[in-house]
Amino acid sequence: MKRVRSWTLAGGLVLFGLVVLVALVSLVWLPYDPSDMTGGRLTSPGWPHLLGTDKLGRDLLTQVMVGARIALGAGAGAVAIGGVLGVLAGVATGFAGRWLDDALSALLDVLIAFPTLLLAMLVVAARSASLGSAVLAIGLGMVAVVARLTRVLVKRVLAQEYITAARTSGTGWLRIVSGHVLPNIWPTLVVNLALQFGVAVLAEASLSYLGLGAPPPNASWGRMLQEAQATVYTTPTGVIAPGVLLLVLVLGVNLIADGLRDALDPTRRKRA
Amino acid sequence: MTRSTGMTGYLLRRFGFLVVSLLLASVVLFLLLRLLPGDPANALVSVGADPQQIAAARHELGTDQPLLQQFGSWLRQLATLDLGHSFVSSLPVGPEIVNRLNVTVPLTLAAFVLAVLIALPAGFVAAHRSRTWYGGLLSAVSQLGIAVPVFWVGMILVTVFALHLRVLPAGGFPQDGWSDPGDAVRSLVLPVVTVALVMAASLTRYVRSAALDVLGSDYLRTARALGASFRGAMWRHGLRNGVVPVISVLGIELATTLLGAVVVENVFALPGLGSQLAQAISQHDYPVIQGVLLVSSFAVLLIGFLADLVQRLIDPRLRGRLSGAVAPSAGGTR
Repeated sequence: MKRVRSWTLAGGLVLFGLVVLVALVSLVWLPYDPSDMTGGRLTSPGWPHLLGTDKLGRDLLTQVMVGARIALGAGAGAVAIGGVLGVLAGVATGFAGRWLDDALSALLDVLIAFPTLLLAMLVVAARSASLGSAVLAIGLGMVAVVARLTRVLVKRVLAQEYITAARTSGTGWLRIVSGHVLPNIWPTLVVNLALQFGVAVLAEASLSYLGLGAPPPNASWGRMLQEAQATVYTTPTGVIAPGVLLLVLVLGVNLIADGLRDALDPTRRKRA
Repeated sequence: MTRSTGMTGYLLRRFGFLVVSLLLASVVLFLLLRLLPGDPANALVSVGADPQQIAAARHELGTDQPLLQQFGSWLRQLATLDLGHSFVSSLPVGPEIVNRLNVTVPLTLAAFVLAVLIALPAGFVAAHRSRTWYGGLLSAVSQLGIAVPVFWVGMILVTVFALHLRVLPAGGFPQDGWSDPGDAVRSLVLPVVTVALVMAASLTRYVRSAALDVLGSDYLRTARALGASFRGAMWRHGLRNGVVPVISVLGIELATTLLGAVVVENVFALPGLGSQLAQAISQHDYPVIQGVLLVSSFAVLLIGFLADLVQRLIDPRLRGRLSGAVAPSAGGTR
């Protein structure tokens, strides 16, 4: 493949890498213990608490760093669930016969009518509020979206003449999927899964903000924002820091997705 | 193509599909709430209740009945528009939802209209003037807008306009609802702007993408070569072609706006559908959860139905296809 110079991709990788770096550093070093409440309540940014402390006296920088792990983990977990199940379901529908395909795509249309966040609320309602429930729910909500996209892509490939040629020469279905379908559809899938990663991170933050995600000891950015809301006037860093990091992470993956799309599809490259 | 391409035929088929989808949605909702682990009866009794109390709670809920029988009574409830009673307040769910819609519907519609009013010109300028500084700025701002959580934007706006400048209320809604329209409108200004800004960001990207497709199209170049002015060619050819994919996205966006409202209501302590749902979930109030999710998913399906109809009115080529259209290729859905 020809090397593509893409500022979008590079910028996205830098932003995303920054959050990954914060998460990695938090694994080996933290300024304070996450449950240390001895910092004095709601102190302003300065020394020794660079971003200040929250209403329980915990160091905000520490909380935000731990939050990076949770955000990345939630995004990755949800994309893993939604990606695997969605692609499997999509390939299956793509290959299904006419009326079965009609029925399944009607079902997908209905499932898509349940937006991810509502579906997530439903799962959290039935189970209890936890990070696992939230990630599972967001992942399941993603399945229909990924499946519908995969189905369209599979259909497009199957309509090609080389598939007819392969079938007439006796190639089996499994070989067609692994040899022709998947190699043709993965670039578009990867781009969309990257976008879904960003959607999942925002959905986890929203659920945690509503009190339907990770319960208190976990430093989810969404829950930090919810807790800091009441004290935004005295300690604005509690609202600014998690929000900016969310922005950096989601902007990063969105730019990566845009850059990849341009790199993988030369016909789009000229339209900046 | 043997299918008829007339509008009446299409209307009938699409309406049939809507009815099937509504039924399917109620089945999916029923099954998800019943089959997911977790016993709603536990919500009715206090912690450490003895088995008899739990059994009594199950009986009250009807969850001790066979699944098929439960489904029968659920359908009966739907047919009579009776959504049951709240576990917590014992009030009927249906009227309470209608009451909450008095906040959510104006919030959603106003935010949606404002978002469209921002996004249509912004997206067109971002495409048509992509090489200028303001075209680039518009693209960059919309890129930022799709990367922030909607409730965060709300918090920032509250801090600036309610806490610093003190020009608008930070949250809440008049106790007596719309009886004083001025007060009601004032308390909706910040929530509406919050949702609209975030929605406008993603919508701008779709409009920009559709506009780029139109601006680079052969038919526009041909029209220009035949002597049409840019304005005239855009009006006659560009608009009709460009607007179709945008409408399909508008349908999805209206549904997403509803969701944005659901989250934002919690930022501004508005007594709408969203805060009702969040509260019901934390209290395990199943009839309320079920009712709110049913109403909102029906609304989303109905919006999709209307968006499909409008598209077919504009573009007869689509009438052979049951649902959806070629969506524009911009990223950033949520």
